[in-house]
Parts: sequence; C-alpha cells; structure tokens
Amino acid sequence: MGLLLLEFGGLLLGLGLVGTVAARFGISPIPLYLLAGLAFGEGGLLPLSTSEEFVATGAEIGVILLLLILGLEYSAEELVAGLRRSAPVGLLDLVLNATPGAAFALLLGWGPVAAVVLGGVTYATSSGITAKLLSDLGWLGNRESPTVLSILVIEDLAMAVYLPILTTVLAAAGVVSGAISLGLAVAAVALVLLGALRFGRHIERFVASPNEEVLLLKVLGLAILVAGLAHQLHVSAAVGAFLVGIALSEPLAASARQLLEPLRDLFAAVFFVFFGLQTDPGDFAPVAALAALLAVIGIATKLVTGYIAARSAGAGRLGGARAGAALIPRGEFSIVVAGLAVAAGVDSDLATLAVAYVLIVAVVGPLAARLVEPLLGPRLRPKRPPAPA
Amino acid sequence: MDFERSALPGIGLLHVLTTRRGRRMGVISHRTGRRDIVLYDEDDPDSTHATIALDVDEADAVAELLAASHIVERLAELDQQVSGLVSERIRVLPGSPYDGATLGDTRTRTRTGASIVAVVRDREVLASPDPAFRFAAEDVVVVIGTAEGTAAVARIFADG
Repeated sequence: MGLLLLEFGGLLLGLGLVGTVAARFGISPIPLYLLAGLAFGEGGLLPLSTSEEFVATGAEIGVILLLLILGLEYSAEELVAGLRRSAPVGLLDLVLNATPGAAFALLLGWGPVAAVVLGGVTYATSSGITAKLLSDLGWLGNRESPTVLSILVIEDLAMAVYLPILTTVLAAAGVVSGAISLGLAVAAVALVLLGALRFGRHIERFVASPNEEVLLLKVLGLAILVAGLAHQLHVSAAVGAFLVGIALSEPLAASARQLLEPLRDLFAAVFFVFFGLQTDPGDFAPVAALAALLAVIGIATKLVTGYIAARSAGAGRLGGARAGAALIPRGEFSIVVAGLAVAAGVDSDLATLAVAYVLIVAVVGPLAARLVEPLLGPRLRPKRPPAPA
Repeated sequence: MDFERSALPGIGLLHVLTTRRGRRMGVISHRTGRRDIVLYDEDDPDSTHATIALDVDEADAVAELLAASHIVERLAELDQQVSGLVSERIRVLPGSPYDGATLGDTRTRTRTGASIVAVVRDREVLASPDPAFRFAAEDVVVVIGTAEGTAAVARIFADG
C-alpha cells in the first residue's frame, strides 16, 4: 500500500511539474503527459511496479470523464443544428483526414481492422486543444471561428457513431452480431438526441440538486453506470458517457461541468500517462520515420480542410489559413481510439505509431497556429487602399 | 443597424456590428456569463485586433454606461409604437415645489394616471424610482402616459 501511494503520488507530482512547463510555454500538456507515461513505463527511466493496475482503472474513468464533459459542452440543439448546417464540411473533413491513416495501415499490410483504427487516429482534431487555442490567441471573434467550432462539433458527433463501429470491428464479432451492435449504437445515439430534445427536463429534474456534492455524485454515477451498460452492450463505454452529457443541458450542464472539470483534469492526465506506460520507448525507432510522414500528411490535410471550410463560409485567405492551423492538433480522441485498439490486442506497432503521431501533431499544431499571423499575415491580409493623395 | 449573429458551439454567441463609421466590433457572450468585447482589424474584417474579456459584473457595469442615454431614447420611441401613449422628459427646475420632495409626495400617478418610469441625474439613468426617491433640481424625469397625463405631470413639477 505504501509503495502504491509513493508511486502514485510521485506520478501526480511529476505530472504537475510537467504541466507547469506546458503552461509556461503555452502548449498543450497532452504530449508531455504521454512522454511522462513513456518515462514511467516498461523500458522507460523509472518503471512503475505496483500502481499500474490502479492507473489502468483511473485511465478508464479518465476516458469516461473526457467524453462526459465533451457531451456537456454541447446541447442536443447545437449538435442537430451543427449537423444540418455543416454536413458538407464535415464530410470533407472526414474524407480528407481519415483516408491517410486508413491508407497507411492498408499499405503497411496491417489489415482492415488497423485501417479503421488508424483512420480514426488521423481524423479527429483535439477539440480540447483547438478550443483552448482559439481562446488563448484571441481568435474566437474571427470570421472563421464559428466554422472551426462547428467542425469540432461534427467530429464529436461522428465519434459517437465511430466508436461503436470501432468496438464492433475490434471485437471481431461476426457480421450479424456486428450489425446488431452497430444498429444498437446508432439507435441509442438517435434516441438520446431525440430524448434530450424532448424530455431533457425530466432527466434534469432527476439529477438536479442545489447541493454540489449530491449533484457531482449523481452526474458522475449516472455517467459511469450508463458507460458500463454501453460497454456490456458492446457500444463503447465512452459513447455512453458522451450521451449522458448530451442529455443534460443548461444551466445544469454548466454547474456539472464546473464540478467535474477538476476530476477530468486529474483522470484524463492519468489516462494519457497510462497510454504512454503501455508504449515501450525502444519501439519508437522503427516507426519514427513513418510517424513523421503521417504527421506531415495529417497537417496538410487539416490545413486544406480548414482553408476550404473557412473560405466557403466567407472568410478571407488569412482566415482560411488560421482555420487550417487551428484544426491541426490531434489529442485525446486519437489516444482514446488507439487505446481501444491496444486493449483489443491489435499490433503494438500501431499504438506506438499513434503515440508518435499525436506527439508530433499536438506540438506542431499550436506552434503553427501561433506562427500563422506573423508569417502569412503580411502576405494574406487585405491591403488598405492607398490613401488619395 | 444590423448585428451579424453567429453561434460558437460549446462557447456561446458572437454578435458583430459594423458601425456607421466603418469600424467592426463584436461581443462574444460566453455561456459562463463572461463577455468579450472584440475589436476588428481596420483593414481586415475577418481578423480580431484585440479582445477584452469582461467578467459578469464588469460587463454589467459597461452595459449600464452604454445604455444610460439609450433607455431614454427607447422610451421616446415608445410613443410611436403604442398609440395613445407618449413619453415626456420633464426637467425639475430649481425652485420647483418638488425639488427635494419624494416621488411619493408628488402623488402623480393618482393625480394624472401617468407613470414616472425613470429619472436621469448627472447623465445616469435611475430606472423605476421607488416612492421614497427624492428629486433634486436639474433631474430629468421620464414620464409615460396619455398626452394629457404627461402634460399634467409637467404642470405639477412646475407649479405644484
């Protein structure tokens, strides 16, 4: 017990120090958490011995909290409106960004299951990193920002459909049972959206409490319970939690978010570390070049996606460039996807590739966003018409 | 005057206004209650030049400052919208019988049927004054009622 406390305490303290560095340089802590995981894992600098099981459970809760809070961010109305307004852009985003990953996996001969996984890894922008980036850089008011944010919404909705597909594919269930669980998942998503639009108030009345402690326990309990249920139905625990988040709307969602965010920060950090733990740093060398190539392609495809989407929404060339740069970072989703694959026993090279990819893209993305205006601003910003002499 | 309104999913709402003088400014209404005032680049209407984040109380204070003269203007528009109702601005002159008296003392509502809805003092609007409100010289009293009613209120403040 004492050893477990020592290890876990040291781990958290280490993450805190790493987080300080991230905050100091204004970068996302996610890649640093992954690196910390590498250092503490097998073949790392300071391998953990006793707390790995504890960390594994914490990581599971971390995924649930990540998706729950994501669901709380959006109301069912916003999701439906986003889907109606930005479906073409969402489709462009999906095609441009899932294809490279899927194609890579097929070309490497890893098979169709790995293709589904790697497509998911390269597809989803990290809504956490991107939303924070827009806010930190003061870009929220920019013309392209509504477009960027609606792409994030669509991606999150796509995840709610994709994750059940992924769990089905990974379970390698037969076509029939696969189709059943997929149908179940799509029906559940649709049902919850509809239910939240119609009966959200009843769920809220059940959960609502003026007492913060009670509210916290009820929301968290409900989310984990539904996540467990979803897992039993092979729909993916994460999706269950996401749907609970969707079903709760303002103002309840706001107070729940506020209560859960510190917990999310804790357990999400544990989740990223756990993923890093499972990766042996020694395995990086063979996939490094591959990951770099995939990252270059992934950066390019997001730039193109953002540029086209923002331009078609009426933004100028600089706005398009900013939108593209803002969409580059991948983070929590890619790791959630890769995590599911690892748990299902897919080739470990794939996990290593995913970590390396996220490490590169999560670091380059925010840097690129910071550099867009100084580099491209002078060239792309509309010129003021010369003053009449 | 048109506001372009766009949703910022997960964050809130963005309203953008292009002023008559050609500057663009926006307000981001965060769901948390935070408000950002956004100033756009003079040459590039897409790009923010500066963003000022305001907490709830700060935003309220700014809104009150901006709305001060506005409320009076809007009241003036009222009489065009509601037929039969007019609004009148009445200055309390030094030497008025009600300089220093309370709103309750004037008994304007019972005597005229018109309501005193606001008082402008030192360019600040004091909305819905209560009966204990004490008038002072140079206050501007905003009255809503029928044409006769508001005229009667003006007479009360002039002659008692």
